[in-house]
Amino acid sequence: MSRDEARRDFVSVTIDDQLFGIPVLQVQDVLGPQRITRVPLAPSEVAGSLNLRGRIVTAIDLRTRLGLPPRSEGKSAMSVVVDHGGELYSLLVDAVGEVLSLEVAAAERNPVTLDPTWREVSAGIYRLDGALLVILDVARVLDLSARASAA
Amino acid sequence: MDDLLSEFLTETNESLSVLDVELVKLEQNPNDPELLSNIFRLVHTIKGTCGFLGLPRLERLAHAGENVLGRIRDGAVAVTAGAVSLILECLDGLKSILAALEATEAEPAGNDRDLIGRLNRLASGAGSAKAANASASLPAEDLLETPSILRASEDKESAIAAQSIRVNVDLLENLMTMVSELVLTRNQLLQILRSQKDSEFGAPLQRLSHVTTELQEGVMKTRMQPIGNAWAKLPRIVRDLSRELGKRIDLRMHGAETELDRQVLELIRDPLTHMVRNSADHGIELPADRAAKGKPETGTITLNAFHEGGQIIVEIADDGRGLDVEKIKQKAIATALSSEAELAAMTDQQIQLFIFKAGFSTKAEVTSVSGRGVGMDVVRTNIEKIGGAVELKSEAGRGSTFTIKIPLTLAIVSALIVESAGERFAIPQVSVVELVRAAANSEHAIERINRTPVLRLRNRLLPLVSLRELLRLGERDDQAETYIVVTQVGTCTFGIMVDRIFDTEEIVVKPVAPILRDISMFSGNTILGDGSVIMILDPNGIAASTGEISEGEQAPPGETPVRSDPREERTALLLFRAGDSAQKAVPLALVARLEEIDVKQVEHSSGGPVVQYRGKLMPLVPLDPAYAIRSAGRQPILVFSEHDRSMGLVVDEIVDIIEESLAVELVTDRPGLIGSAIVAGKATDLIDAGYYLTLAYSDWFRAADEMDPKPKRVLLVDDSPFFRNLLTPLLAVAGYEVTTVESGDRALGLCEAGEDFDVIISDIEMPGMNGLEFASAVRGAGRWKKTPLVALSAHSSPRDLDRGRAAGFDDYVAKFDRDALLSTLSETLGQERGAA
Repeated sequence: MSRDEARRDFVSVTIDDQLFGIPVLQVQDVLGPQRITRVPLAPSEVAGSLNLRGRIVTAIDLRTRLGLPPRSEGKSAMSVVVDHGGELYSLLVDAVGEVLSLEVAAAERNPVTLDPTWREVSAGIYRLDGALLVILDVARVLDLSARASAA
Repeated sequence: MDDLLSEFLTETNESLSVLDVELVKLEQNPNDPELLSNIFRLVHTIKGTCGFLGLPRLERLAHAGENVLGRIRDGAVAVTAGAVSLILECLDGLKSILAALEATEAEPAGNDRDLIGRLNRLASGAGSAKAANASASLPAEDLLETPSILRASEDKESAIAAQSIRVNVDLLENLMTMVSELVLTRNQLLQILRSQKDSEFGAPLQRLSHVTTELQEGVMKTRMQPIGNAWAKLPRIVRDLSRELGKRIDLRMHGAETELDRQVLELIRDPLTHMVRNSADHGIELPADRAAKGKPETGTITLNAFHEGGQIIVEIADDGRGLDVEKIKQKAIATALSSEAELAAMTDQQIQLFIFKAGFSTKAEVTSVSGRGVGMDVVRTNIEKIGGAVELKSEAGRGSTFTIKIPLTLAIVSALIVESAGERFAIPQVSVVELVRAAANSEHAIERINRTPVLRLRNRLLPLVSLRELLRLGERDDQAETYIVVTQVGTCTFGIMVDRIFDTEEIVVKPVAPILRDISMFSGNTILGDGSVIMILDPNGIAASTGEISEGEQAPPGETPVRSDPREERTALLLFRAGDSAQKAVPLALVARLEEIDVKQVEHSSGGPVVQYRGKLMPLVPLDPAYAIRSAGRQPILVFSEHDRSMGLVVDEIVDIIEESLAVELVTDRPGLIGSAIVAGKATDLIDAGYYLTLAYSDWFRAADEMDPKPKRVLLVDDSPFFRNLLTPLLAVAGYEVTTVESGDRALGLCEAGEDFDVIISDIEMPGMNGLEFASAVRGAGRWKKTPLVALSAHSSPRDLDRGRAAGFDDYVAKFDRDALLSTLSETLGQERGAA
């Protein structure tokens, strides 16, 4: 097996002290705090819209998406911009870490006891030194209708 | 050079270059059907375009080439080197003619008989591929009789082709996005500059600013095309049509250079073509008919395009026979679009608008041209889809004029920026009628009816929606929303309450992300000059979401309205005007006839005006005591009749008859009024017919009593005060003694109190205990066990009937059918009497 197929690269992000990995191939951009316009009547996960160099990007707050408490006052979110079906979405996270290259074979299945909401968006778990990394399945994160049926 | 010709040259030269390559490929892969069909298609297109532009020499040569390719495609002729050479030779021939065409704007003299002959021989299979091969080796000079001009330009790249290039639309869109971003950055820089005086960046920034503006205009221009491009085919179509129909038609086109966005252009191309066809087919008469009417034998269709107020106006006018109102009426009745009574009350203009309804065509016979009844409705739908509108003016014998108004571009619209609860939104300027500032102590104050805000605006009751409540932006101080954006969608007008109003901006509309598409309140989003993202409100969505504002005919086809809500039941209303300017309405079911009387016939008797009507004296009652009957001319009246008595209600003008869901909003204390409702987008007073009947005959109801010495007692159970008010006079006039209650519980209370009735009429849809439950309760036990029960409902399907019967109802009457209700009552009571 070639190296390309054996390893995958992830952008590591932190949400509520939990480490997550977003496949690097889907990541378009990483942005600092942005001015986000609220979209009324939108699903609660939608934090709003922001302007990324002339393109309008929908921001999804991963804390809400994962059922976590809101970010404490004064702490701003980082944006990881991902491409899904030609549309850009910004995933709001607490912090963005380094890019990790991980062996595909080392990924483990989700524990069966994992919260259903998390199980739905997780594509597997990596055991890193001192931390566990949850692989985010971007397509499922953005599928808010699936979330509704699971809830 | 003619635009069309230069476009043709560019395109054909491109196709020929592609063909050169493809043919060589075909020689190597003779069995690739995809390659072959692509080649065939390209040659076919060239032939077709030549024919269209009137280039016979090119057309003949291309036709011969196409024949051979057709045979190859059918497998009748094999792909040999000889055959390919011959086709390539044919392409060279085409190229030389094109070169000459480019130089002189005309086809060179001469013909290609020899080449065509050889191509035909190959196609017919008579000449073998070998023979073709042999002759193909002849030099091209021998085949073409005007070689000298042709040779000269043969090897040169086509000059026209080099002047213009084809660019992918996506690339242009992308450029547009980049330029928008550049404009935003420029604006930000200028903003910074303003706060810093004497900056060394001042001069270069000014330059950057100018260049950016020019760049923006330039990129916008790349999307613009003259409307003439959409007209290009019309002369040919009109010419062919006039021959086919035996008419003489002159097509005049003005303003072909008027530019509009290519996307809009594509969308109006078909509607325009259709309307011109219609004018030629339906509008223009035969030469003999025209002569008989003293018109010139040649009819004229005029197309005129121009800019006006940020819109493009396209007029399609003909000097033909105009729309035949009588024919339209007949057709409307025949296709059940309307009834005779409704038509009688309509103006000619309203009747003409029927041609925009689906399935409507007055042309008795279907021709290949038009008359199939698909057409004007599609035209209107297509134009409205791009935010445009069609208007129609027609005069019998003088012709018709259609006026299309379309936005310049779909991508950039003018929008009003407003603020609500700290958030900014854009409202497309096209739907904004006016802006009103409401203040508690001014003439424009927001009033509330059961928490529903309304505004008195020039004698009208304007329904208001609070943007903050609509978008659930959170509660704030109630006084904040003082600006009202008066918005019009179709025929309905309403006000959107906002906190602040900013400026109008030209915005670039971008579609919302797929996960937000379910929110019907927004038609898109955009980036403002300061770089922030804002949502664009969709007035259609707002109108649809607000229960009180009926969308009427705006509802998209295919969506059947859900009628579970009794408030959505539709009532046929007669709209009229009398006295003050407010629109008034009365349920059509109550009106016996609409009449127009000559005021000379009005006499006076026993203190009031009367008129002789059907051998009797009919009192005339003005709607308002202060308001007098006209002194001359004809006076429209609404006739109310019962038994052998009639009363005429004097009105100014009968406006319309419409079906509308009624939501009675205001109950007034003014005698003669039931309340107010929004009908056809306007605040409308609903007239209490019973009040005027008593004015005409103070003993009207008593007289009815006398007709039947023992009046039958009717109990009416209906939750809607409007229907109770409506039916009570009606039943009273018919000689019944009416008791009304608003719920089944109340009715059962009367039962326990020992009241007796001859018949009970009950509504089905009621809050709390519904009609079916009420019927079961009545039938279950008690003194009313045998009292006849009549159900009153908007639903009268067989299933509803069965359900009603099962619950204990004796009969079922549609809610707005006055005659059916009365006959059912007399039948039911008659049976009762017979049984007793």
